[in-house]
Amino acid sequence: MSLLEVKNLKVAYGGIVAVRGIDLDVEAGELVALIGANGAGKTTTLKALAGMLRPSGGSVHYEGASITHEPSHRLVHRGIALVPEGRGVFARLTVEENLAMGAYIRDDRHEVRSDLDRIFTLFPRLKERRTQTAGTLSGGEQQMVAIGRAMMSRPKLLLLDEPSMGLAPLMVQKIFEVIASISAQGVTILLVEQNARLALQAASRGYVMESGAVTLTDAASVLLESEQVRQAYLGE
Amino acid sequence: MAGKPMDVKVKIGIVLIALALAVLPFMLASVGTAWVRITNLAILFCLLSLGLNIVVGFAGLLDLGYIAFYGVGAYCYALLASPHFGLHLPFWIILPIGAGLACLFGVLLGAPTLKLRGDYLAIVTLGFGEIVRVFLNNLSQPVNITNGPQGITLIDPFKVDGFSFSKTETFLGLTFSGPIKYYYLLLLVLLVVIVVNVRLQDSRIGRAWVAIREDETAAQAMGINTRNVKLLAFAMGASFGGIAGGMFSAMQGFISPESFVLVESIMVLAMVVLGGMGNIWGVIAGAVLLSFVPEILRYTVEPLQKAAFGRLVIEPEVIRMLLFGLALVLMMLFRPAGLFPSKTRRREFAAGEQH
Repeated sequence: MSLLEVKNLKVAYGGIVAVRGIDLDVEAGELVALIGANGAGKTTTLKALAGMLRPSGGSVHYEGASITHEPSHRLVHRGIALVPEGRGVFARLTVEENLAMGAYIRDDRHEVRSDLDRIFTLFPRLKERRTQTAGTLSGGEQQMVAIGRAMMSRPKLLLLDEPSMGLAPLMVQKIFEVIASISAQGVTILLVEQNARLALQAASRGYVMESGAVTLTDAASVLLESEQVRQAYLGE
Repeated sequence: MAGKPMDVKVKIGIVLIALALAVLPFMLASVGTAWVRITNLAILFCLLSLGLNIVVGFAGLLDLGYIAFYGVGAYCYALLASPHFGLHLPFWIILPIGAGLACLFGVLLGAPTLKLRGDYLAIVTLGFGEIVRVFLNNLSQPVNITNGPQGITLIDPFKVDGFSFSKTETFLGLTFSGPIKYYYLLLLVLLVVIVVNVRLQDSRIGRAWVAIREDETAAQAMGINTRNVKLLAFAMGASFGGIAGGMFSAMQGFISPESFVLVESIMVLAMVVLGGMGNIWGVIAGAVLLSFVPEILRYTVEPLQKAAFGRLVIEPEVIRMLLFGLALVLMMLFRPAGLFPSKTRRREFAAGEQH
């Protein structure tokens, strides 16, 4: 049984269908990439999985139970955390306050404290800037805050939406290193990315989305070699 | 905050403030009872501002129709304790009903506006405030409920057995007039409301409001039930307004829809913004200042003109609003975050200067 099982998922904004029935599985401990061009429906899919959008059809099962219509706040309790597109840090709160907000659903203060220290070891940069407001950080640092904040809820499944968006190449590298180390800790990750090469290099499996449908799925290494992917997404 | 031993200086400060507040009405009464009434209204505005601060300051939801809840509370009290329906329920029954009713109206306003943000929310709340006022104005037909623009008169004062808040009594050689009694009652209510606000601010709900104010989508991703938490902000803010309204009714003995117009909503909002959104003490300072300054101007503008020109050149009412507007503009120029900004507001403006 997969950790996440998506069957024939459909999502529509009013009359406009953004996701037209996709199937997707994520096994526990896996890092799966969902790649595709702008407007392919990747973010919509992720938002639906995080309970922020209501699917218009299909089903989503998580740990064997249906979560198709669960609202986001309950999904966080079940261990699904979303790092939203564009980071969505609390700009006027400090780095530390942002991270503390990530532990909103938890009441085990001591554990939260030690988790905070773990996040600071993962992102030493954030420790240096713990009292700075998140809005004054660079894009990459904000992405670190967003990821760290999501980790504070102790997720089993981490949904990452375009973590490389708008970042300098060096910072992208750094963020992907962190994603790899989070994955190595056993957290299951579903990664949505436009940067197909990096995403497929980090992932074990990949899905390719095109105009609201999954057109290709295979092991990440196979996709990296595939003619179709190379032409459409790797610019070769 | 809690648990920390209090500084001796802080303790002395609190005692001094308490003493000052205790003797204040007698000093004001020696100038004129009108000043005690003005002070009472100022405390009512403190209550209103603290209520609105929950919605605007804590949760970041711009509400331009807040006075409607004040009106609901006021009319609830007036209808249940006046000859209008011949009902004379005691105030400790009506005030909770008024708070509950206002709370219900808060949810009624909150529920359809959950998905709205910023400007759109402001417009809907503005409309809501007007709807309530128009209803108060017109619900005299076909069944006379609100008595229309004439308002409701002869509203009962607060009474506990033989002790009435409207009668003057002498106790220990001191004359306790009606307004002075209300002053102490209002002060007590204000104290309770302040404590509730401080506790709320430091609570989980307070943190959820901060998260929603900063970024609603991210707040959702943190596992916050944004729908319920926003409704709670509307409901709590509204019920404080309802309580204030009930007390206003009892104090004045007469209410009409004219007291619940848009300008009053704007006034309360100005108090919150001017004092410092999200900061309880700032909001109180804003309310006190904006309540007193216009009154002080009222009493100084006329004599000053007479002394300078020998006659009244400009109507006091006109110049009062002029000076008031000027003061607001100057405030926003020199202290844009408010007189006593909250921590996060201060940061926002500091960050603005850095870039």
